[in-house]
Amino acid sequence: MVGAPQDIPVTSPWPRDRHTGILRLATAGSVDDGKSTLIGRLLYDSKAIFEDQLSAVERTSRARGEDYTNLALLTDGLRAEREQGITIDVAYRYFATPRRKFIIADTPGHIQYTRNMVTGASTADLAIILVDARNGLTEQSRRHAFLATLLRVPHLVLAVNKMDLVGYDQAVFEEIAAEFTAFAAKLDIGDLAFVPISALHGDNVVQRSENMAWHDGPALLSHLEHVHIASDRNLIDVRFPVQYVIRPHQATDPELHDYRGYAGQVAGGILKPGDEVMHLPSGMTTKISHIDTARGAVDEAFPPMSVTLVLEDDLDVSRGDLICRPHNQPMVTQDVEAMVCWMSDAVALTPRGRIIVKQTTRTVKALVRDLHYRLNVNTLHREEDIDRLGLNEIGRVTLRLTQPLFCDPYSRNRQTGGLILIDEASGATVGAAMITEKH
Amino acid sequence: MGHPRTDYLPTQLDVLEAESIHIMREVAAEFERPVLLFSGGKDSIVMLALAERAFWPARIPFPVMHVDTGHNFPEVLEFRDRRVAELGVRLVVASVQESIDAGRVAEETGRWASRNRLQTVSLLDAISDHRFDAVFGGARRDEEKARAKERVFSFRDEFGQWDPKNQRPELWNIYNTRIKMGEHIRVFPLSNWTELDVWQYIAREELEIPSIYFAHPRSVFERDGMLLADNPFIPRAEDEPVFEATVRYRTVGDMTCTGAVESAAATIKAVITEIAATRITERGQTRADDRTSEAAMEDRKKEGYF
Repeated sequence: MVGAPQDIPVTSPWPRDRHTGILRLATAGSVDDGKSTLIGRLLYDSKAIFEDQLSAVERTSRARGEDYTNLALLTDGLRAEREQGITIDVAYRYFATPRRKFIIADTPGHIQYTRNMVTGASTADLAIILVDARNGLTEQSRRHAFLATLLRVPHLVLAVNKMDLVGYDQAVFEEIAAEFTAFAAKLDIGDLAFVPISALHGDNVVQRSENMAWHDGPALLSHLEHVHIASDRNLIDVRFPVQYVIRPHQATDPELHDYRGYAGQVAGGILKPGDEVMHLPSGMTTKISHIDTARGAVDEAFPPMSVTLVLEDDLDVSRGDLICRPHNQPMVTQDVEAMVCWMSDAVALTPRGRIIVKQTTRTVKALVRDLHYRLNVNTLHREEDIDRLGLNEIGRVTLRLTQPLFCDPYSRNRQTGGLILIDEASGATVGAAMITEKH
Repeated sequence: MGHPRTDYLPTQLDVLEAESIHIMREVAAEFERPVLLFSGGKDSIVMLALAERAFWPARIPFPVMHVDTGHNFPEVLEFRDRRVAELGVRLVVASVQESIDAGRVAEETGRWASRNRLQTVSLLDAISDHRFDAVFGGARRDEEKARAKERVFSFRDEFGQWDPKNQRPELWNIYNTRIKMGEHIRVFPLSNWTELDVWQYIAREELEIPSIYFAHPRSVFERDGMLLADNPFIPRAEDEPVFEATVRYRTVGDMTCTGAVESAAATIKAVITEIAATRITERGQTRADDRTSEAAMEDRKKEGYF
């Protein structure tokens, strides 16, 4: 049996309007690091686990002859996973506290780790990297940290787990933290925090641990609740990829007959009625007449709002176009430099290979003009003179596109700088790419 | 410089709404023949409301489809028809009774006989007859553990099957919509919503929901810890007496497999207060179809279930 959940308030049915946003987090680590136990603990202590789910887990634990309720079982999804004790794919978990709603992208540590971790990290505000206090940093923890920074996850937490098994020894924790800090200097990490925990016993997960009074930082959950994410979005560069043109054509309502709205999700910046804007690819400028939502017109729009822009002038705007400010334009280019993570075992990425690229609302054909190097994710060394990129490999490419993209370096904007790569023949998603600065 | 007026952080419901609207517009832009599954249940009510908001002031640019088991709550059918008329959208009904009459499926027998699983055949037949290439469903990832692993855009082969081990990676908010003739994509705009989010959105947007979601008197009987409505579609055993109770429904499915909970919650506010405090999942509490085995949902999903 696990004890009663630690006492944190049950989610208020009445979220305080301004304060309950969403934090998306990715967790990396293998089963051995206690990742599933940590997630089980967060879900259990935040009362996101229900009695029928818990009793199913208790039954399974007993049937397996385990002497405590294995919270890791809460996150096993598919039959094959339960039978083989592995995690196959990214699973999404949800819990909430009165401060925030949390979406966890739970990615397996070993099998297909790169593909899955890249997928989970692509939308994450924060990544938790778990290490086992007894083993210290491993190749895998370095790899996970690298992937989180490659995908520009703004906040990183190194959670040193199983502190109970090293006698809650501060020196063990400090040594791992120092080693990781030295490694992190080679990466571009925005915000880094360290927490010593025991997921199994709940130390420093939801409440600060009495066993580790020497730790002066908050417990993990408190850090997740308070980490400042408001500044992570790009609110400077206005980027509005046009997704869909709304034309009501309702003869019954003459007012709507000439309505022409450009629907989309704001990918950067703050738009206001009256703002002068530029349309790409035409380069024509006009003003925003108003910004519509079904709830009525709004006086500003910012990421990640889905809105409809009505422009003052009648321009020829269609899906795949982009609205920006005249003095702050994205790159408009048919030659894209990018870091690619390849995700297919059926086909490889090869120089001169053809691929379909989807970026924001734009889909274009492309040719792999150059494959510059493969990055060894363990050593961070560049392996040059290669002729292919296989499953779970990361490399640097130049793509030549049949149509220009309106894009930004991924480091500047994750929405306009990220691409997915699609295989023409099978239609499968075979890779992800992050646009780099031009050299 | 004064203080900024806002930190530009939208609430969780605003973020979820914006994400769902983006998904729906993406489908409308990239597919030729989408359809939205509408059962009259709370999740599909929210989904339909989001579609209305996504394309406003234009009409929803695709039809809605109901897979009708013939064992539905009359209150829900009445609600369905009224809502469809209000929105001016076309309703396609895929009838399980017709699938049975045509010999496509055989009626189950026995104590837990239900048309729930048979719906899959009617659904897949309708998708193929109407050549739908994208099908919106109201499933949420928090509902069930097999669903926790499903993509927002979930690829289905020409047999309508889901292969959990071979799913397309899904990055950022960029969705791969490429399919070949005969294949289709199931799209789940509510993937990241929880049960509580759905209820809070219904409250915030003042969405109308069928009356059976609120406390009402009903003739019920108890089976395996669930309260089932006394109805002509379930044979009752002698030791299953009918009694009057004040109940509400937490999920709305087929009358043969959806249980009620005892409740006095007669307003949306009271319902949300109960949901926030409950310690049992909605499917565990009120859905017999998920009680058959640990992997019941996974198996049905692989066959092409919602």
